[in-house]
Amino acid sequence: MSEGGGWFARLKAGLTRSSDKIGDGITGLFTKRRLDDAALEELEELLISADLGVETAGEIVEDFRRTRFNQEVTPEEVRAALAADVARVLEPVAMPLAIDRARRPHVVLVCGVNGSGKTTTIGKLARQWKDDGLKVLIAAADTFRAAAVEQLEIWGERSGCPVVTAKTGADAAGLAFDALARARSEGFDVLLVDTAGRLQNKKALMDELAKIVRVVRKLDPEAPHSCLLVMDATIGQNAHAQVEAFRDMVEVSGLVLTKLDGSAKGGVVVALARAFGLPVHAVGVGEGIDDLHPFEAKAFARSLVGLDQR
Amino acid sequence: MFETLSGRLGGIFDKLRKRGALSEDDVNAALREIRIALLEADVALPVVKDFVEGVRVRAVGQEVLRSVTPGQMVVKIVHDHLIETLGGLEPVALDIGQSPPTAILMVGLQGSGKTTTAAKIALRLRKRENRKVLLASLDVYRPAAQQQLQVLAGQVEVPMLPPILGERPVAIAKRAMAKGRVEGFDVVILDTAGRLHIDQELMAEVAEVRAVTSPRETLLVADAMTGQDAVNIAREFNQKVGVTGLVLTRVDGDARGGAALSMRAVTGCPIKLMGVGEKTDDLEAFQAERVAGRILGMGDVVGLVEKAAEHVEREDAEKMAAKLRKGEFSLEDLRDQLRQLRKMGSMEGLLGMIPGIGKIKNQIAQANLDDKLIPRQEAIINAMTKAERRNPKVLNASRRRRIAAGSGTTVQDVNRLLKQYQQMSDMMKRMGKMGGKGLFGRGGMMPPPGMPPFR
Repeated sequence: MSEGGGWFARLKAGLTRSSDKIGDGITGLFTKRRLDDAALEELEELLISADLGVETAGEIVEDFRRTRFNQEVTPEEVRAALAADVARVLEPVAMPLAIDRARRPHVVLVCGVNGSGKTTTIGKLARQWKDDGLKVLIAAADTFRAAAVEQLEIWGERSGCPVVTAKTGADAAGLAFDALARARSEGFDVLLVDTAGRLQNKKALMDELAKIVRVVRKLDPEAPHSCLLVMDATIGQNAHAQVEAFRDMVEVSGLVLTKLDGSAKGGVVVALARAFGLPVHAVGVGEGIDDLHPFEAKAFARSLVGLDQR
Repeated sequence: MFETLSGRLGGIFDKLRKRGALSEDDVNAALREIRIALLEADVALPVVKDFVEGVRVRAVGQEVLRSVTPGQMVVKIVHDHLIETLGGLEPVALDIGQSPPTAILMVGLQGSGKTTTAAKIALRLRKRENRKVLLASLDVYRPAAQQQLQVLAGQVEVPMLPPILGERPVAIAKRAMAKGRVEGFDVVILDTAGRLHIDQELMAEVAEVRAVTSPRETLLVADAMTGQDAVNIAREFNQKVGVTGLVLTRVDGDARGGAALSMRAVTGCPIKLMGVGEKTDDLEAFQAERVAGRILGMGDVVGLVEKAAEHVEREDAEKMAAKLRKGEFSLEDLRDQLRQLRKMGSMEGLLGMIPGIGKIKNQIAQANLDDKLIPRQEAIINAMTKAERRNPKVLNASRRRRIAAGSGTTVQDVNRLLKQYQQMSDMMKRMGKMGGKGLFGRGGMMPPPGMPPFR
């Protein structure tokens, strides 16, 4: 696992503020302190503040109670143990997205709620795969939002990948179909399909997403080979409802967590990992084209609890 | 996955038989559940703590209203406190001021919905207040952001400041204000790039924009699904840029929207508007009541409690409950229920108030419930003789035809009503055996007839 490009430093820099807070909190709690009920409750609250959710935070703290209750613990020990617990949950889901070159193309459908960062993520993914020597085609199937196509076209230029477009208001499924036909005939390795942002409780819009899948399958019954749900790190507990709804509709195969360079901790992925076990493929840490990195369980967990900061 | 607050509290108060004032112990038990409910709704922890303390002060010693359970009473207290914390029932309007052009500055994180909201506000001011509005995009960072505003400006028929390639945000803002002055615009809406509140450079930039334009309103746009970080976002934006109001977007999603409470609490700024859809006219004045109900995950229980208090006397309810326990539920009782329902308001409004109904909202929409249903069913019962109402078994085909003709309905309608009555009456008998607990604890309300089966 490479930490090249300073991504880890950037992730840390992003997490510093928040983790400082959580870290300071822990330090404040446990300096010369016995791990008693009050301390455990405060620890639970710290995890809740990181968006882990009441249930997940409660269970992690229960583990602490079983193993360390009434022991004298240093802040360092608490952090390390906490990070280890969180990392244990995350390790099984930390999986980069593997492109199968034999598929030609490997179709990647990208979905998510409005403003989660789909288009930017696609630009970054396209660049990465292109750098890996893959031939990448992008389909601008967000035919709804104003200037979404133009936005993606600029990402196409930046990444050096062609973009298949249609006019605003055109049929998204039809566009995806045409793009797949072109990708097949021209021998592309990857087809990235951008979709319009949609709230998961809007039935008509979710049906439209399912239609894209149905139509694409007319050409390739196994497509889409990957379906990414893009999620903003600031999100709270609604993330559960999002994963559920998108998974039911289009068989989400993995998550991308964006905007992790802010102060939001993205702790909800810990809860998601436990509830759904879906792979977390990548994290977005900035607006630059190279600001997308593999999700690394240990680094994420240690940063989350304020380790590796000093 | 979320239990509703009223469900949780119901469990706690189940054992509580006595009426009268709420004791400190009762309240403490309830507060634990309230804390969890608020956290699950993404209200930030420090805000939850203050809030729960506020509820404790209000709830201890409070008299429990007739015809509601102690659990419902606590929910009402929580709800009232929540409304207050959210800024009260009266929405605060945008401040346009007296000396045009007034600048409105839109700020927020990436993807929070600033540009769409800018266009929606432009439309609202143009249409409702007849203002001459200019839109300007200061987003020189995100690809095609200016084009996006351009397209939206066209849709809402509001002019946009033509972009000049390479111009910096502060210069764009100055140019926009100058154009606003020269061409007599009432309002200039400045849409800025999304930025992280911890990005010093970009925060300084937007602070400079603010300094050179002196906006009457600086609106922080935030997504209703924001988690615990909402407090940090709101605090930082408020400290570094100075926020005058909040706009909550994606309220049409199913997030519980606790961020609204968090941000309101740390900034003290009113939540002025909320985005409720993707169309340019999907912008509404903030409704504290609606958001409060969602945060608690309980629909508008309070409205229901209040309506029940108004219309369903406890004595009536108890009489009904006694009948149910004995399995005596006649068509006359059904008619009484229908009348009560009618008194309480529209079907859809009523259903929206029932806790847990959120999940089946779609089914309800599909079932096409209309408000004529109840009067029609009442008419069918009215067209029966007394004997028929008390003993529906005598209703043979010819009697049914007569009833249909007498009530202006069809035999199918009559049959449907009778079938529903039969189902309800069976259900009542079963519930009676279980101890007579209806939808509202000991009250006598029941799901109205014609409702789709709950899954």
